[in-house]
Amino acid sequence: MDVKTWTYLIVGITFAAYIGIAIWSRAKSTNEFYVAGGGVSPIANGMATAADWMSAASFISMAGLIAFSGYGGSVFLMGWTGGYVLLALLLAPYLRKYGKFTVPEFIGERFYSKTARVVAVACLIIISVTYVIGQMKGVGVAFSRFLETDYNTGLFIGMGIVFFYAVLGGMKGITYTQIVQYVVLIFAYTVPAVFISLQLTGNPIPQLGLGGELADGTPLLAKLDQVVKDLGFGEYTTSSMGSKLNMFAYTLSLMIGPAGLPHVIIRFFTVPKVSDARLSAGWALVFIAILYTTAPAVAAMARLNLSETIQTGKIGSAEGNLEYEQRPEWFQNWEKTGLLGFEDKNGDNRIQYYNDQNEAFAAKAAEYGWKGNEMTQVDKDIIVLANPEIAKLPGWVIALVVAGGLAAALSTAAGLLLAISSAISHDLLKGILKPEISEKDELNASRVAMVGAIILAGYFGLNPPDFAAGTVAIAFGLAASSIFPVLMLGIFSKRMNRQGAIAGMIAGLGITLLYVFQHKGIMFIPGTSFLGSMDENWFFGITPNAFGAVGAIVNFAVAFAVSSNTEAPPEEAVELVERIRTPGD
Amino acid sequence: MADTKSLSERRQAYWRDNIRIMAWLMAVWFIVSYGCGIFLVEPLNKISLGGYKLGFWMAQQGSIYVFVILIFVYVRLMNQLDEKHGFAEAETTPSTSSDTEPNSKEDA
Repeated sequence: MDVKTWTYLIVGITFAAYIGIAIWSRAKSTNEFYVAGGGVSPIANGMATAADWMSAASFISMAGLIAFSGYGGSVFLMGWTGGYVLLALLLAPYLRKYGKFTVPEFIGERFYSKTARVVAVACLIIISVTYVIGQMKGVGVAFSRFLETDYNTGLFIGMGIVFFYAVLGGMKGITYTQIVQYVVLIFAYTVPAVFISLQLTGNPIPQLGLGGELADGTPLLAKLDQVVKDLGFGEYTTSSMGSKLNMFAYTLSLMIGPAGLPHVIIRFFTVPKVSDARLSAGWALVFIAILYTTAPAVAAMARLNLSETIQTGKIGSAEGNLEYEQRPEWFQNWEKTGLLGFEDKNGDNRIQYYNDQNEAFAAKAAEYGWKGNEMTQVDKDIIVLANPEIAKLPGWVIALVVAGGLAAALSTAAGLLLAISSAISHDLLKGILKPEISEKDELNASRVAMVGAIILAGYFGLNPPDFAAGTVAIAFGLAASSIFPVLMLGIFSKRMNRQGAIAGMIAGLGITLLYVFQHKGIMFIPGTSFLGSMDENWFFGITPNAFGAVGAIVNFAVAFAVSSNTEAPPEEAVELVERIRTPGD
Repeated sequence: MADTKSLSERRQAYWRDNIRIMAWLMAVWFIVSYGCGIFLVEPLNKISLGGYKLGFWMAQQGSIYVFVILIFVYVRLMNQLDEKHGFAEAETTPSTSSDTEPNSKEDA
């Protein structure tokens, strides 16, 4: 069977499973719709949380980013796992004890203020919609590339699938679907990694293979360091991402931002007890760590394979570089997408891939008759998708990776859609506009809200705004500078009052937005259209991304300054804090 | 469950212990990621761990393993703390009704 047949088969089977689950687990009450009846087991919830947490960005883009930044890429690995520790220790158990449906609901009640609740709803919707757009776009592109339909058809199929199981099943349907999606995505991620690790090092465990030896006895990482250094790139295991301070701020921002993402936080409302919320966080991190510890192996091995495919012999020798006519099939396929580009600058019909920004090496390269780096375009996002092809793995593995990427995108999209719909129907409609609404009407309203969100996301997916890359930085900045600090203060400070919380949120938000807009020029890079246009700015626009941490600090500082100069919060708010701090009473 | 102390005293004692546990765990969290993975990465890279340099390994593998262990240690310590202060939750069967306020019953 060819790759296309395999793709239809595997993607078809997984999608049938998602829809089957949606029908089987249809939500009947608001409780089931918002928090799956509060009866999900910790391990099951852990898997669903992992699927929520790991979007198309983690699945498709992260390994590529690491492959081209080496040690510097560690900020993503430490950031997106370490942030989870923050969530588990600082937020999850307390919000579970609070025991209601949504994040804005907690903020509104803790700060006895409808204004605070509305501000939280606004942040939540901006964060979630931005994220959904990125995911829907990923779905559309993945379909169009591999099923060979056009982009719009791919997007409509994706919208239809999400519509079906998210609208029908609510949190209950999403939870059970996400468990299956987690299994699909982790299998899809690790299988190629195991094969490639075996090929290169003889060790089937990628985490060990990365520290293993190649057939000739040299350690893989030492060899990789040598190979990239010889071509003028920075040494793989030591090249850093800016200064230590930048590495620090960047990692911190990547930790705080996701820890404030509402769709991940509401996951902890679905388990029966506080102790289950803690345990569930542990399992979720186990499931996340499987992918995150495999990613560096995928990255390093892909970089080595890519380099050795192009630089086939001695550097500088006439026969040392791959002839353009001899290029493998995957190379041709990706050239068609425009994500891989070659230009024969010195007219020798061979490919020279090296770092022409490195002056010392560029001088040496000129002696060889090289006239600049000829790989004019190497999109980092193709690494994970092209990896099985580069390693010459069978067709079904390639198809599996497609299904995995789709599972990652769909699971995150569904979680986000639920967060949006609950913010609209539960917080805005029932909480503020129409408190007397019946449960049945609320349920219907949340389904309508979700349909609206899907259509909106689909619209932006079809007409991607130029600023898509920029808006993700805004979403992360918002989560880091508004939601995370206000939740932490709500739990850890009894003295924090309404004025402090609102002022903090607005100050944190304001300064982050201002900063991101100032950097528009840097951020809104055109032409980053494949799956990870959202990620491009995480790589290029380091400063605006790292700013979330600063926004959070501003939020904390302003909140403390304002609250200590205004009256103490009322008795009920203090009582609420005391109640959520202890389980089982 | 010792009911000699008032609820508010038990809550305060529980919270103090909770903060201490969190502070220790967050210190480990900081040391393995920011400490070993970023600030001390060069000296650690002089040590090798199999085919890895130690600093690089900490940044791309080790810190993640420690994070996982941290959360399970936290689960264990907190469960013990719940017992110690009499805040352990009763074994409940997951509610299937549309009980919207699972924690509304206040301690007498």
